[in-house]
Amino acid sequence: MKPPPFDYHAPGSVAEALETLAEAGEHGKVLAGGQSLIPMLNMRLAAPGHIVDVNRLAELATVSVESDGVRVGALARHAQVERAEQVAAAQPLLRQALRLVAHPVIRNRGTVVGSLVHADPAAELPAVLILLGGSVRLARPGATRDVPAAGFFTGPLESALRPGELAVSALFPTLPPRSGTAFHEVSRRHGDYAVAGVAALVRLDDDLRVVTAGVACVSAGPVPVLVDVTEACGHRPAASADWASAARAVRDRIEPETDVHASADYRRHLTGTLAERALRDAARAASDE
Amino acid sequence: MTTKLFGEPVRRREDPRLLTGQGRYLDDLGEGAFEAAFVRSPHAHARIRDIDVSAAIDVDGLVAIYTWEDLPPLLAEPLPLLIPHPALTHGRTATPLARDVVRHVGEPVVMVVARDRYLAEDVCALITVDYELLKPVVGVEEAAQSAHLVHADVPGNVGAHLVQEVRSAAGLGAREAIEAAPHTLAFRLDIERSASMPLEGRGVCARWDADDRSLRVYTSTQTSTSVRMAIAAKLGLPLPKVEVIAPDVGGGFGVKIVHPWPEEVLVPWAAILLGHEVKWTEDRREHFVSSAHERAQTQFVRVGFDDAGRVLGLDVTILHDHGAYTPYGIIVPIITSTQLPGPYKLGAYRVEFSSVYTNTVQVTPYRGAGRPQAVFCMERTMDRIAEHLGADRTAVREANFIQPDEFPYDQGLIFQDGRPLIYDSGDYPGSLRMLKELIGWDSFDRTKELAAAEGRRIGIGVGCYVEGTGVGPYEGGHVQVTSDGRVHVSTGLTSQGQGHETAFAQIAASELGVPLERVSVVTGDTRRFGYAVGTFASRAAVMSGNAIALACRKVREKALRIAAEALEADPGDLEIVDGEVRVVGSPGVAVPLATVAVLSNPLRYAFDAEAGRATQFAGTSSFDRPPVAEGEEPGLEGRDYYSPIRSTFASGMHAAIVETDPLTAEIRILRYAVVHDCGNLINPMIVEGQIHGGVAQGVGGALYERMAYDEHGQLLNASFMDFLMPYATEVPFVETAHLQTPSPLNPLGIKGAGEAGVIPVSAVIASAVEDAEGIRISRMPISPSELFDLRRAAP
Repeated sequence: MKPPPFDYHAPGSVAEALETLAEAGEHGKVLAGGQSLIPMLNMRLAAPGHIVDVNRLAELATVSVESDGVRVGALARHAQVERAEQVAAAQPLLRQALRLVAHPVIRNRGTVVGSLVHADPAAELPAVLILLGGSVRLARPGATRDVPAAGFFTGPLESALRPGELAVSALFPTLPPRSGTAFHEVSRRHGDYAVAGVAALVRLDDDLRVVTAGVACVSAGPVPVLVDVTEACGHRPAASADWASAARAVRDRIEPETDVHASADYRRHLTGTLAERALRDAARAASDE
Repeated sequence: MTTKLFGEPVRRREDPRLLTGQGRYLDDLGEGAFEAAFVRSPHAHARIRDIDVSAAIDVDGLVAIYTWEDLPPLLAEPLPLLIPHPALTHGRTATPLARDVVRHVGEPVVMVVARDRYLAEDVCALITVDYELLKPVVGVEEAAQSAHLVHADVPGNVGAHLVQEVRSAAGLGAREAIEAAPHTLAFRLDIERSASMPLEGRGVCARWDADDRSLRVYTSTQTSTSVRMAIAAKLGLPLPKVEVIAPDVGGGFGVKIVHPWPEEVLVPWAAILLGHEVKWTEDRREHFVSSAHERAQTQFVRVGFDDAGRVLGLDVTILHDHGAYTPYGIIVPIITSTQLPGPYKLGAYRVEFSSVYTNTVQVTPYRGAGRPQAVFCMERTMDRIAEHLGADRTAVREANFIQPDEFPYDQGLIFQDGRPLIYDSGDYPGSLRMLKELIGWDSFDRTKELAAAEGRRIGIGVGCYVEGTGVGPYEGGHVQVTSDGRVHVSTGLTSQGQGHETAFAQIAASELGVPLERVSVVTGDTRRFGYAVGTFASRAAVMSGNAIALACRKVREKALRIAAEALEADPGDLEIVDGEVRVVGSPGVAVPLATVAVLSNPLRYAFDAEAGRATQFAGTSSFDRPPVAEGEEPGLEGRDYYSPIRSTFASGMHAAIVETDPLTAEIRILRYAVVHDCGNLINPMIVEGQIHGGVAQGVGGALYERMAYDEHGQLLNASFMDFLMPYATEVPFVETAHLQTPSPLNPLGIKGAGEAGVIPVSAVIASAVEDAEGIRISRMPISPSELFDLRRAAP
């Protein structure tokens, strides 16, 4: 469990990082928190010729609340985002999700954008980005582009990031009034990847009736699965919405797989159960707004 | 400070060192050594057609590549079958590097030595092995069907077959007794694989001294003395020229008692050949696929019992998964077979096992060593009887207990040490009474009803076991008091975290009347002690503890004799207190043990003040006798061995309360209670720590851990991401109570405690989940996904 040989680069500026990455092309890999990349290197599941370490780029270690949402820089650690009070106030789902990401020592090192780019369908943050309709900002020398979440996750461990590009930040949009969120998951052990997990978003009108309700499910398919359950739960007051019907809709929609930890049937059942819990909590949070 | 330390909860002296990074584990050694890595089989069963190293030989930093063909004759043979048994008719072991056929994923095929481990792994990746694939055999049922063979010359894949039968008092065999019984039940039970999984894997570092023609080997082992003998034999070296040292060892739990591992002979061989230090540190992936696993068994049970739940006959047939090889013999299924009756008097008992080969990692003892399976079988049987009769589960157990006045109790079986299985002491009814009180057994029905009213499902479970500990044949202890007053204790067996530096020092300090600070303990270093068996089978405290006590008593006797002469007193009037020999009742008349140590050696150069001071006690030596009298030796030291007539039997009972989520099927342990009896306690804090650790491993085995092999013999979860050892967050607080029924078999009255905690946990959790769910649990471990499946299948 030692990595194969690679050239190590530690650029001192974003511009230099972009140049290095552009030069390395498909042989380059960005090292930020290293919580997924380092194990993959040690197990020789990845063998990039060039590692571009962005840990010196303090300008990427930023978290800011902007008019349209929370912008998280590529070097912002999970723990930094989780603890930021203004982030929790602007977009509570981030803290709700980050508390479920692994363990504190991993959150101290791992990065939010790194998790998005890694695109593990069992991870929490891709589901959050999809549910909120966020985007990822990708840069290469002289150009940047924003890719909406809906098009960013293309498969298990696959994203729209092209060789030579650096994901410099992600935007998690804030919500209109009378919106509520929640994240529920079940993992085998505390902090493990979820056997099933559901992020929920519910918006109410002034009469506390459901306007929109949706969930994003992890470990439910090759990419996070977004399910609009507005129809299923009915345009009813939050307190009497048909969350059980919403849960059925979620179970029908997802395509989980069997692995060593759980059967597909169990995951399907569990995802529905968690969807119902998460939707109820999200509706309650929206009512309390 | 007091010197009566035996039985005190002394804080572990090794912990500050180990907890602050001062430990020296195998990978901390060998700075500058060449490092080895192995090309291991990616297939479960295949014939090697060709090994092509041409792409690898130009790598800068490569030192050597070895295959089976390079091995000298003694090394090219299969490794030893350590513990033969007449029932093991088809024992098979592997060669250190595969010769022609590989029989599990992970079997070593090529050894690479390079300047460092990175380069060695680069080279491994460039070596191409051409395999002809053979049909793999995975799981005991496929092995028993024997459509394909793991070893071409082992018919039916059966390595061993053994039947033991104990007839009833009336002379009935178990099957007859069952036929004649008022009630009978028959069922099948399954336990899956787990593994010792020490945090530090295996590892070897070897230094050859070409001038001295001597070899020093550090290895992360549970038996340095036996590794030494194996290396000397396999490399053809004179035993006195081989030293083997176990440095700090980060856990063993059984896997490191197997010896010699291929790497333990290959690494020293390469070091001699290359004239350079060589080391190999096992990584986690290697540990999963190339060390050892345990636990997997399928059991077919038939039981006959009366209206009170008394077992009149028990007939168990076991299919034991032995993996690809049997280097450690059939100890595990023998222990399962013989420890299965536990604390009970079974009317008649028949047990039959077939130990079958599969194309998976070999099976050798893991903490508990066959007992968790035995207890799962017996305790599931007790619960089935209770269910059948509508009786309380503890009442059925009470009806079957051996009573306190029935010791010594002969179970009529032959134990793992080849000696009769005779329980020396215990109080099983007393133990169950304590447990029921601790967990609140009698009031649980009410608790359960209250929970049900809130929509919660909770259940209670219980499990009892008896554990043979302290197996022989012997251990030794050496104790030396030097002229600075320090006491140096050594014993040959090794330490892997048991707290020997503390517990053995407590024994020595108590026996010799010296402060703990003056006692140091060395274990597992063949330079200090050459004869030993090893640390396994809950034997270290019983075996070395007693040997050290006996050695201390020799030293004490000599110290009193020498001091008596110096003080012109009768040895019977002397005592040793705080490191001073003094006349009882006259504390002023005393001589320090340090001075006695000087007096014990007639060669008395005045190196230090102590030696100078001793001359005042020297007196006039008689010219009629030599300075070292006949039958005497210079020095204040003693060596003795403890060799028990047979094992001593510890026991314990556990109970748990679990909650199962009606929707998510998650299983949570709410309370866990342990009553434990290991005779006299040397250090109650260490014993509690052993129990806590054991329960933690037991929780892993009950709810989380399994070796997920697919039908091709590929291990699908060979990493800590997917092989789920419980974290602190999954292990419940363990409530403990101790019962002490001393062993009459050894001077200290102690029994082993190392394995205890793990033994009944699967049985207890199965019992509790069954109680919570009202669904029969016949297979462990159990995950939420499996509980979900059982619920859907339930009528």
